[in-house]
Amino acid sequence: MEKITTEQRLEELTAQYQKRLGEKFSGKDGKKHLVVCGGTGCLSSHSGEILEKLQELIKEKGLEDRAEVNKVGCFGFCSQGPFVKVFPEDRLYRMVKLSDVERIIEEDVINGNCIEDLLYVDPQTHQKVEKQEDIEFYKKQVRIALHGCSFINPEKIEEALGYGAFQGLRKALHMSQQEVVDEVLASGIRGRGGGGFPTGRKWQFALAQQNEEKYVVCNGDEGDPGAFMDRSILEGNPVGVIEGMMIAGYAIGAKNGYFYVRAEYPIAVQRLRIAIRELEEIGLLGDNILGSGFSFRCHIREGAGAFVCGEETALLNSIEGKRGMPRPRPPFPAVKGLWGKPTIVNNVETLANIPYILREGAAKFATMGTEKSKGTKVFALGGKVNNVGLVEVPMGTTLRELIFDIGGGIPGNKKFKAIQTGGPSGGCLTEKDLDTEIDFDTLVARGSMMGSGGAIVMDEDNCMVDVAKFYMEFICDESCGKCTPCRIGTKRMLEILTKICNGKGEEQDLEDLKELANATKTNSLCALGQTAANPVISTMTNFPEEYIAHVRDHKCPAHVCKSMMEYHIMPEKCIGCGLCARNCPVQCITKTDKPTANGRPNMFVHEINTKKCIKCGACISNCRFGAIEKR
Amino acid sequence: MSLVNIKIEGKDYQVDSSLTVLEACRKCGYIIPSLCSWNKGECSLASCRVCLVEVKGARGLVASCVYPVNEGMEISISSQRALEARRTSVELLLSNHQKNCLQCEKEGHCELLKVAELVGARDGKYQGSMTEPTVDELAPGIKRNTAKCILCGRCIEACKKAQGIGILGFEKRGFKTIVAPAQNRSFAESPCLQCGQCVLVCPTGALMEQSEIEKVDAAIKAGKKVVCQVAPAVRSAIAEEFGEKIGTNGTKKMIAALRRLGFYRIFDVNFGADLTIMEEANELLHRMNNKGVLPQITSCSPGWINYMEFFYPELIPNVSTCKSPHQMQGAITKTYFAEKHGLKAEDIFVVSIMPCTAKKYEKTRKDQGTDTWQDVDAVLTTREIAKMIKRAGIAWNRLPEDEEWDQDLLGQYSGAGVIFGVTGGVMEAALRTAYFALTGKEHEAIKFEQVRGFNDIKDAEIDINGTKVRVAVASGMREAKKLLDQIKEGKSPYHFIEIMCCPGGCINGGGQPYVKPLLLPNEDDDIRETYRAKRASVLYSEDERQVLRQSHNNPDIKKLYDDFLGAPLSEKSEELLHTSYVADRERYPNLKK
Repeated sequence: MEKITTEQRLEELTAQYQKRLGEKFSGKDGKKHLVVCGGTGCLSSHSGEILEKLQELIKEKGLEDRAEVNKVGCFGFCSQGPFVKVFPEDRLYRMVKLSDVERIIEEDVINGNCIEDLLYVDPQTHQKVEKQEDIEFYKKQVRIALHGCSFINPEKIEEALGYGAFQGLRKALHMSQQEVVDEVLASGIRGRGGGGFPTGRKWQFALAQQNEEKYVVCNGDEGDPGAFMDRSILEGNPVGVIEGMMIAGYAIGAKNGYFYVRAEYPIAVQRLRIAIRELEEIGLLGDNILGSGFSFRCHIREGAGAFVCGEETALLNSIEGKRGMPRPRPPFPAVKGLWGKPTIVNNVETLANIPYILREGAAKFATMGTEKSKGTKVFALGGKVNNVGLVEVPMGTTLRELIFDIGGGIPGNKKFKAIQTGGPSGGCLTEKDLDTEIDFDTLVARGSMMGSGGAIVMDEDNCMVDVAKFYMEFICDESCGKCTPCRIGTKRMLEILTKICNGKGEEQDLEDLKELANATKTNSLCALGQTAANPVISTMTNFPEEYIAHVRDHKCPAHVCKSMMEYHIMPEKCIGCGLCARNCPVQCITKTDKPTANGRPNMFVHEINTKKCIKCGACISNCRFGAIEKR
Repeated sequence: MSLVNIKIEGKDYQVDSSLTVLEACRKCGYIIPSLCSWNKGECSLASCRVCLVEVKGARGLVASCVYPVNEGMEISISSQRALEARRTSVELLLSNHQKNCLQCEKEGHCELLKVAELVGARDGKYQGSMTEPTVDELAPGIKRNTAKCILCGRCIEACKKAQGIGILGFEKRGFKTIVAPAQNRSFAESPCLQCGQCVLVCPTGALMEQSEIEKVDAAIKAGKKVVCQVAPAVRSAIAEEFGEKIGTNGTKKMIAALRRLGFYRIFDVNFGADLTIMEEANELLHRMNNKGVLPQITSCSPGWINYMEFFYPELIPNVSTCKSPHQMQGAITKTYFAEKHGLKAEDIFVVSIMPCTAKKYEKTRKDQGTDTWQDVDAVLTTREIAKMIKRAGIAWNRLPEDEEWDQDLLGQYSGAGVIFGVTGGVMEAALRTAYFALTGKEHEAIKFEQVRGFNDIKDAEIDINGTKVRVAVASGMREAKKLLDQIKEGKSPYHFIEIMCCPGGCINGGGQPYVKPLLLPNEDDDIRETYRAKRASVLYSEDERQVLRQSHNNPDIKKLYDDFLGAPLSEKSEELLHTSYVADRERYPNLKK
């Protein structure tokens, strides 16, 4: 591509690419355009091979002037991937396998027919749905942070430009630094990484610092188990995040920006790298951008996958090449950050929102959301929910809408028990919270937090003590080891939780647990430690009866904690087929001399020797008559 | 300096705005217990959470050691919340600490024990598994037991600040975190100088010197002729071990105590220091007169020798070949002294009492003795000899102050030898003798003030009979590095450089008594800033009191040369008093893997 040195040239090219992109989606160029999901999730289900095969077949069959294939970013509906979308029909094929590629070419590309069995089927209505926008999962979503994801090729600058890239920065360059900060302040956007600190205020602090050198750091060290918002944004539209960072750089007076992305996100890193290189080549990164006098460069630092490096001061240490351990605050990074210089650390999703705010205006952004939380939020919806994937909804959407409308409810018609938000730092919300409008403050008020947007749904089969133990194990592994309460307190809590789950708990343990949890919360150095006990506190508050059942009756009501659970065969349901006994790895199931209830001759009720049973669950999954229960 | 108004426990105070809450409270007369906080941030900042206090309006409790004061701040140290928080932090630390306090070598110097008392920690409140420990006792100088470590990070910063090398760091993470040389290697297999600066700051018994008390006990019991020789810096600090104020001269009581411990002879290493000066000053003159390699660098600090061998092996030709004073004296004890007494070298057991942990390593080096005996058999630190005195039931306070060093061939010494214990002292001593050697007369002022004091690097130009001798003095390898790089680049203007491994010289050696404000309630608030000068003043005043001020005027030294060695740098001297050095990694074959 040529160098873009003036605003006018940017406008001309934008118009040109916009037109081309429009033609692509509308079919005006006389071609069919197939896009294949290139997100990590779909790639691991072979979407890469599907893309190659599509390209191969198009070439083989001489369809180059009739069809084109492109890779795009994440579609978000990850449980249904891989996706292939066909334009101009706007037809979405889901769960596409390599063996389907031939059919897509033959039937759809050549014959123009829709392949019915690749369409999404609504679980409620059992109707096939052809267009993406008609799928329930997408209906309530608004895409701002995920702008461009699943539409544009993240490795082609032309597509990004055609989809509005750099319009925000262009506008910003005509404003003063303070005006840009004011715009961000007016938008009301708050940090999407967890704490929800007003982004504009962070920028204002950094702008107020008198220093030749300042930095913008993008926090892409997404570490919550099950969360992948930042990854998908970086994979789907890296240019958008870069633009957000440049606007931030312009606003506070920084010339350099650092992307801190975990090394476990190789595709995100690679696409960022490509985008940065191409932007440097065309002069949109470097000196005197668009002739404005503003210069900016982006750098990438890969993190080695320590959860604590998502904490901004630990992240800064890591960029500096030190061990990822938090620094005490004050001084705050905005005053003394990277290499001692004023620095703002913004999350990927936050920066992805910035171009929109500048392009469309703060007022428009602020129309979305609640009074104190503006805009949208991306959630990684997972766990016991039908539609698993990435969801972007306006702030103020209720949990019920999130779980039951977008998420499609709980599989197997099981009973909803809780939703864990905010990952290991967050807490559980229950039935009574379902109609809560999600925003930063309501979640905190109800004992959880927004966090980076992990949302894990749990049903009646989840033991909440076990859930607390799971998160505590995670925190224990991920504590950096610097401060006492987090290093030792979490270990002691884990030991108590393990004891309880092993059926050895006493009521005193609950007291100790509560005391430790509160001490860890108030005494720890950084946010990781200060929030480490949240899963414990929140499950103890919301499900006290489960804890008490564990320590007083030594029973696990959800039958999850193995030491307190036994498998039993219900004699009235057993038909004596013996399938369970044949599948038992330790031969602890035997035939009794009791005839079965159905009275068939020579069929006898089976019985589990609970002393020998290793509780593997092979019997229960093999029994076709539902005759085995956990007790 | 601007002042802010603050409230502590409801009372109004005015303090300097640059202070932390902890410092401000200390200035106003409150002691907040703390474990990690050290020397204005030479620690893993705010990690122990023992100094938590309540500050009105702040989120959660604040770590007073790092939290700056500001106008109108209201601090509560004794609120229930703050008291409980501090106690919990200590109880958690104790739950992962090897609590064999009764056998711990740290004895009365454990800050964790003190803090546990201050916060009222309850016995066994929290219990559970312990972090898998590493016990490293392979290096002759210092040892590490992570089961006692509380991860305060002081040692990490002390190593960086003093020596600029950062041998120690955090390894692993979470509950598994330990402090260790890279990859949890032994000190013996890392480029550790064994200077013991880390030991000085360790709040617990996690870092300690390798004790040789039992070895010495056994030698005395076995009826060997156990000769002890005491380094100059020891007298400047030993009284501290018995509760006396820093800066108290302990020479006389120490001599009395040593005599009661049953040593065969009690000598001052100052004799060895005088001998070193004779050799080293003559070596310098020899180099200057024969276009030898210059600058010449002193060699009495084994930590510095370690550093040089690891990081600057190309400077081996610059380093004086003189052994360190106690090694020289050991060699002379086992030859000259033995001969005169009709003893065999093997009959004598030489114990050096040193402010140093690296000397424990130095004495084991191949080139410090003959095939059949080593110059020195055991090295005790100042702290260890104090322990021996206490164990023997000797009441320090009641010791007489009229006993003297044994005067038996190696007894006399000059003031020049005494000041070896402080940075710049060797240089000053050498200049006195070099001046005499070049001019045939004594320097009028005797003192060379230019090389005194605790500046990072001191340098001076001394006109000796028209010859301009340029000298420099550095202590602490982080500072010394600047001089070394100069030499490496061929830009060094100096003839003679004195380098001491520990910042401030031997008075601040790794084997000296701990200076821990928490355990020294009767010392001034700024004791960490003043203790080195206080100890140095002990040595300077002893120098002043000496009639003999120059090494070459020591009659015992003269006699040694006349009767035994011949002259400085003679063949016999070279054999007994000089040594050689090895380039870096050859010493540690395991590092090559």
